[in-house]
Amino acid sequence: MIEGTNENFEREVLNSEKPVLVDFNATWCPPCQALHPVLEELAGENQDIKIVTVDIDDQDILAEQYEISSIPCLVAFKDGEEIARSVGMKNKKQILKMLGA
Amino acid sequence: MYDIIIIGGGPAGLTAAIYARRANKKTLLLESTVCGGQMLNTNNVENYPAVPATDGPSIAKAMETQVRELGTEIEFDEAVSIEKTEKGFVVKTETESCETRSVIIATGTEPRKLGLAAEGRFEGRGISYCATCDGAIYRGKPVAVYGGGNSAFYEAEYLSGLAEKVYLIHHHPEFKADEILVEKAKNNPKIEIMVNTEIKDLAGEKKLEKIILNNGEIAADALFVAIGRTPHGTKLIEGLNLDDNNYIVSDEDGKTGIPGIFVAGDVREKKLRQIVTATADGAAAASSAIDYLNN
Repeated sequence: MIEGTNENFEREVLNSEKPVLVDFNATWCPPCQALHPVLEELAGENQDIKIVTVDIDDQDILAEQYEISSIPCLVAFKDGEEIARSVGMKNKKQILKMLGA
Repeated sequence: MYDIIIIGGGPAGLTAAIYARRANKKTLLLESTVCGGQMLNTNNVENYPAVPATDGPSIAKAMETQVRELGTEIEFDEAVSIEKTEKGFVVKTETESCETRSVIIATGTEPRKLGLAAEGRFEGRGISYCATCDGAIYRGKPVAVYGGGNSAFYEAEYLSGLAEKVYLIHHHPEFKADEILVEKAKNNPKIEIMVNTEIKDLAGEKKLEKIILNNGEIAADALFVAIGRTPHGTKLIEGLNLDDNNYIVSDEDGKTGIPGIFVAGDVREKKLRQIVTATADGAAAASSAIDYLNN
């Protein structure tokens, strides 16, 4: 998984050739911590998708830009466009569905 | 064909899996997202024996690890229905069908919603059902909590450490919450208590900006809804005996009115809903399922 920042977001997410799942999270959010291992597994199992995690405290510009107001918030991107968004827990199959994978 | 399918991976379902596997029953646990249930929403668990203080995700992980080490299959998929067959039951999920001789329903509860037309539009855009998840996003902003029970007061107290101001909105003149919590909130300069106040509508361009009340309106960036919870998964199979609030009625051994279908945890009709009562329920329901399978 890649740590998303304001600096690398365009390169890693918007210009990515693979579909990207961005996980907006924070260290103080318990469900975010619980979801983290699921995303790690998913990233390890699927080479044709990319998972980027964004800490909304460190990356407040991105959080503001994408209007994150509840976390964990998963946002799926394809060809630089947001194609799906979901707040709360999801299983792997549901996440892959968001990515159209 | 499984011996037992457990639906729900909270503390009730995970404990049921421990007991089922120790009796060597072929067991599948179905969890819709991540094991842990409501435990995943808390940073503080301080009332579970032998675990002096921990956070929800840690205790959930410890339970899940124990369950896996005993050889339980865990499938992350949402159960959508249970159907009676000649040999037992078929549990259908979003992606497959599984045959089993018995089922333990441990599907827990979900937050009660406001029931306003605008609610869906602002979910994840200002409306939240989890202050510990989203509170810190509203540092220095005005927020509101709706409810009058203990959880509403706990949330208001927690949020007062982060937000610029907390409106505590309640539609009755009196509170259900413990007196000590109400007093604490009344003495908190950041909390403004509004009684006899109903939420009529929500407004905002992209995100929540305003809450429209029966007696005016307030500017708030977030509304934390804390008006209790409702049982989840009670419609998986027809013929369950439900109480007035739709919780599944069973005896204390988790037997429902349908032979082979058992219930455990918060979804069961009972008075106290805690991790410790959920684990107790899980053990009892698994024991009943084991007896059912052995006879």
